[in-house]
Amino acid sequence: MDWEVGTVIETSTQTPTARSLTLDVPSWPGNIAGQHIDLRLTAEDGYTAVRSYSLASSGPDSRLELAVDKLPTGEVSPYLVDVALPGDQLELRGPLGGWFVWRPEEPGSVQPVAVQLIAGGSGIVPLMAMIRSHAVSASLAPFRLLYSVRTPDDVFYAEELARLEKESDLLAVTYVYTRRTPPGWPVPAGRITDSALESAAFPATDAPAVFVCGPTGFVENLATRLVALGHDPADVKTERFGGA
Amino acid sequence: MGIVSRAFSGRSREHDPNLPPGQYLTEDFPVLSAGPTPEVDTADWEFTIRSESGQVHRWSWDELHALPIDDVGTDIHCVTRWSKLGTSWRGVSLDTLFADVDTSFEYVMAHSYGGYTTNVPLDDLLDGKAWIAFEFDGEGLEPEHGGPARLLVPHLYFWKSAKWIRGLVMMEDDDPGFWEQNGYHIYGDPWLEQRYW
Ligand SMILES: Cc1cc2nc3c(=O)[nH]c(=O)nc-3n(C[C@H](O)[C@H](O)[C@H](O)COP(=O)(O)OP(=O)(O)OC[C@H]3O[C@@H](n4cnc5c(N)ncnc54)[C@H](O)[C@@H]3O)c2cc1C
Repeated sequence: MDWEVGTVIETSTQTPTARSLTLDVPSWPGNIAGQHIDLRLTAEDGYTAVRSYSLASSGPDSRLELAVDKLPTGEVSPYLVDVALPGDQLELRGPLGGWFVWRPEEPGSVQPVAVQLIAGGSGIVPLMAMIRSHAVSASLAPFRLLYSVRTPDDVFYAEELARLEKESDLLAVTYVYTRRTPPGWPVPAGRITDSALESAAFPATDAPAVFVCGPTGFVENLATRLVALGHDPADVKTERFGGA
Repeated sequence: MGIVSRAFSGRSREHDPNLPPGQYLTEDFPVLSAGPTPEVDTADWEFTIRSESGQVHRWSWDELHALPIDDVGTDIHCVTRWSKLGTSWRGVSLDTLFADVDTSFEYVMAHSYGGYTTNVPLDDLLDGKAWIAFEFDGEGLEPEHGGPARLLVPHLYFWKSAKWIRGLVMMEDDDPGFWEQNGYHIYGDPWLEQRYW
């Protein structure tokens, strides 16, 4: 697989520490919702740094969307969040990953499988691709998103999620705030509790396809608890972004 | 050389010769898994090797620990680009476990608790190159890192070091395992950057 060239055509602030970037990649072969790319930066002297980024976009379009959260001490993410500008060229390789993916069911499927998405922070990115793919497809699969963020300001795609949820009877979004809640929120800030999991997520008896994505510790914790709640481990797909 | 990224200087230029191309050093121990971490009780644990005759060699947890145990110091390289240098493990060499296995097949499918599989050529498991490891850094191996026991084949990308190892099955052909069917390279040499197919 060769490195391909993408041109940044647009950037958009998502949160105080994150932004999305739209890249045009003329040679892009298309991708399935949930896949990622490897992105390579090269310094003047030839030094390179490569990191993986999920795609918030899917389908045949040559326009790809990434959304990156800045780790202040990181090497690549601060560049993508603060430095890259429209017109800049970035090298990338993909699409990568054939497991953490969602496709709409075949038309006429008797019983579409319910989909439970669970995101921590920037872990929303590949799940956003699934939500968008679902929204433009004829899929009848019910979708639920449980989205853990530090504060209301840290929600990626806040407006789009609100709009998609309003437009579709098949999508329900629940937020969990770990540091600070919106005013008047019924529960105090904190991690996803078992009762939140049980009230907001499809129960194991519905046998949903579950996708969990975010920092490694978050994913590890949620995946273990889902299995304890009776979900078949084979139905729980995970993508670990790194970190503790 | 690739396209220069405007105003990107990057971090450190110290190149460690022990670092394969495209890898960066980490002090953490990141986790790559496709699903939840299975809980495996050592009371029920067993490890098997099955050859083409159908013969099955079998070890319980205690039987495995009664075999000669190696201290292994090695570097490990994950396809997601982190490497850890000088890690220490304890486990039983596959040379020991294969001593009585009669096979003419050249490939192995490793099977894990939880259902994962990965394919490895037999030559890559013998001659002091691979172990069934159950200790990391002086402690029992944590479940998220593959405990109670994982395959350790450190000269290949680390997904080949199947976590939660349950058994090896001899194969005539080099059939792809779980990760290999999902986009990873059939062999996975970090020095040749065989990440994806
Ligand atoms: C398949 C995959 C998809 C990914 N998709 C996205 C995405 O869509 N959006 C996104 O923002 N990131 C994503 N990541 C994470 C991304 O690849 C980088 O790890 C991240 O941007 C940090 O890179 P860096 O160069 O800025 O930091 P580095 O210089 O690599 O690391 C700085 C320090 O932070 C630690 N660290 C690395 N990753 C994390 C993390 N996620 N959380 C906390 N600490 C961490 C490192 O161990 C190191 O100590 C993805 C990772 C994977 C494996």
